Amino acid sequence: MKFLENIVHKMEPKFAKGGKLEKWNPLFESFATLAFTPAHVTKKGAHIRDGVDLKRTMMTVIIAMIPCLLFGIYNTGHWEMVAAAGDRGLDFWASGGTKFLLGLKVVLPLIVVSYGVGLAIEFVFGFLRGHSLHEGFLVSGMLIPLIMPADVPLWMVGVATAFAVIIGKEVFGGTGMNILNVALTARAFLFFAYPTSMSGDNVWMSGAETDGFTGSTVLGDLATFGGDKPMVAGVEALDNMDSSGLLESTYSVWDMMMGAIPGSIGETSVIAIGIGALILLMTGVGSLRIMLSFVVGGFVGGLLMNAIGGNAYLEMPAFHHLLIGGFAFGAVFMATDPVTAAQTATGKIIYGFLGGVVAILIRVLNPAYPEGVMLAILFMNVMAPIIDHYVVQANIKRRLKRVKTA
Amino acid sequence: MSKTVKLRKGLDIRLVGVANKVKSELVLPKTVSIKPTDFHGMTPKMVVKEGDQVKAGSIIFFNKYSESIKCASPVSGKVEAIVRGAKRRIMEVIISTDGDIQFEGDSPLDPVSMSSEEVKAKMLASGLWMYIKQRPLDIIADPANEPKAIFVSAFDSSPLAPDFDYVLHGKNEEFQAGLNALAKLTKGTVHLSLNGNAPADATFTAASGVQINKIHGKHPAGNVGTQMHHIDPINKGEFAWSVNAQDVAIIGRYFLTGKYDARKTIALTGSEIKDPHYFEVIAGSNVSSVLEGQITTDNVRVISGNVLTGDKIEQDGHLGFYHNQITVIPEGNQLKFVLTKGWMGPGFDKFSNSRLFPTFLLGKKRFRLDTNTNGEERAFVVTGELEKVFPFDILPMQLVKAAITDDIDGMENLGIYEVAPEDFALCEYVCTTKIDIQDKIREGLDLIGEECM
Repeated sequence: MKFLENIVHKMEPKFAKGGKLEKWNPLFESFATLAFTPAHVTKKGAHIRDGVDLKRTMMTVIIAMIPCLLFGIYNTGHWEMVAAAGDRGLDFWASGGTKFLLGLKVVLPLIVVSYGVGLAIEFVFGFLRGHSLHEGFLVSGMLIPLIMPADVPLWMVGVATAFAVIIGKEVFGGTGMNILNVALTARAFLFFAYPTSMSGDNVWMSGAETDGFTGSTVLGDLATFGGDKPMVAGVEALDNMDSSGLLESTYSVWDMMMGAIPGSIGETSVIAIGIGALILLMTGVGSLRIMLSFVVGGFVGGLLMNAIGGNAYLEMPAFHHLLIGGFAFGAVFMATDPVTAAQTATGKIIYGFLGGVVAILIRVLNPAYPEGVMLAILFMNVMAPIIDHYVVQANIKRRLKRVKTA
Repeated sequence: MSKTVKLRKGLDIRLVGVANKVKSELVLPKTVSIKPTDFHGMTPKMVVKEGDQVKAGSIIFFNKYSESIKCASPVSGKVEAIVRGAKRRIMEVIISTDGDIQFEGDSPLDPVSMSSEEVKAKMLASGLWMYIKQRPLDIIADPANEPKAIFVSAFDSSPLAPDFDYVLHGKNEEFQAGLNALAKLTKGTVHLSLNGNAPADATFTAASGVQINKIHGKHPAGNVGTQMHHIDPINKGEFAWSVNAQDVAIIGRYFLTGKYDARKTIALTGSEIKDPHYFEVIAGSNVSSVLEGQITTDNVRVISGNVLTGDKIEQDGHLGFYHNQITVIPEGNQLKFVLTKGWMGPGFDKFSNSRLFPTFLLGKKRFRLDTNTNGEERAFVVTGELEKVFPFDILPMQLVKAAITDDIDGMENLGIYEVAPEDFALCEYVCTTKIDIQDKIREGLDLIGEECM
């Protein structure tokens, strides 16, 4: 690698202050630091520093998302095939290679658009502020395609990414300064701006529209209680482990664990998400406090609904809530975003728990929004500083009390 | 009444180059320097001029704004140079030695039979007061204040730190005399905190007139700040003092012999040292004689003190006033390729408190770490990592942010009075942002000193 190193050394003076290409320094620095950890040394204080840096941290999150991504690609391919054949009974594992390629054809453009638009905007802001690319978007750029329905038009992804990066992050000062989770901001933008492309019957299976074949998500089905579809049977079917083909739009618990159901690209497989969660927890990047309390919150929310009862959705077993929709994905990858979550240890537990409860509340009690996880996490993002404020106040009071008791 | 404290948080950074328990005898250095920069917040007013002859114990300068605080020369000889920096600030007073040490004569004294005023006056006049540090603010103690307690830590838990049990072995008398003197300075208790993880030397266990506490846990268990917080925390308006264990012995020696004999044992440590071991030196000694023939590689950094809080010095620089060790580690000013040694590398050479590198599986392996920051400066993104190494009931990240934003109310409420920059050394080490946290805390303390004290 001496060769590359020499290039960097040779180019460095040109981009340095006073050099010919000084203006382009952020661009040069971004690429140079991608290839080499810079030769920055400590000056005083701690003369040695931990090996960890933001690039390594963010890379780990991306690695944790890979199982979701791979499964998402496959699943997208599967439902595209289902839509094309018009046959729901298609075996999930049959002709896997073709499905993967089909899925790749849908998912890859989404990833390219998300990264392309996002990174371009980040670079522009980097130039304006005179700093190199900050790593935050490397994760957001992958999260955005994973929480999109496969059939979303590419231009919408581009617009949503631009909105999220500019309004959601850069106006606050860039990576580390944002109030709302960037990826969820992108999704929320589309959710409210183009609702027909984000939920309903027509978006979850790639290519479904053209064939006049509709596919809805489990949540979509559940949310249409009182509509014209006999969904009560569907809920009962959720309980039945081997009733994979009971009704047209019902899936077994195993299907939902595995993720062989329609849904946003990365959110369907609880197993793939679980692998990601393990990676995040083992490396210590993801907060166990948030993940666990979010899941507990969702479960308690479900029990609460059960206690109220009244219709089949309210009485659906609480743990089913944890398997369907974006709940698991939200708990593992969204709620744990350290910038927008609560920052104190106690705050994280409160934040996660309330997030889980609110997600179920919105999901079950608000028929307009089939999925509540996105809105719940965004809501808790806004509330996180308040939670932290009270945790900090408690800490201050505890130390003031010391004076009085002493 | 003794206290036992068990700490769960903290981090022992395992570095190569622990000092072997062999001691080289004292060789008088060519020059000794006193660096006013070691005494934060002090403005020196010189008593001597360049070319003056001084004896060990002669006053060199005093604090312009608190004239009773004086600094004495540790050796006899000629004032060789008064080095000035920007705005004519005095950086260093260099004294060349003259073969043998001539002491300012004084008669031995017994602190036990003296009044506290007499002990205080004696210590101020002889320059021993410089060894007493005060919290809040982490500056030299103000003799006008009444400390609620005085803390002495009997061990240093920082990376590669000298073993005080070895260093002070057999110096019972001096150490006890020093403690007796300190006991006169406070109406409260003198706390001596022992390492709970290992048996302590008789010098410490047999100490009398003090409260002996035991601290179990990883670094910063040996920092007085940690000990104060868990044994007798400082609240607003209160003061606590602290003295290094070796400096207690120097104070004791003065009372026993009447001479300011600033001899101490330091550890020469670090991965780039051929034969890491202990040296007997005089405080402020030129380190070139100690380092001679010891440095194994070219591109190194010499640190007076430990790797977390020490000062960078030249290879012919001088030991800092409060430092008990010299550490030599490789300089990290090279580019590191991403796949081999950079951020995507396997990382078997990186020691990290996170589990992002496989080294957390390696148990007791010791590392050769360099001075590279291992990344660029960033905003706070990762949360919860400072808390893991900060064994205080204080929220470190919130306090650092308050210090950065000059938020005086915030700092007061979040516990700035209890901390010193050194308590944040590990936070600075682990933080993904690569911000100089100790510096930020120092600035915060200075602001508090100006506005609130």
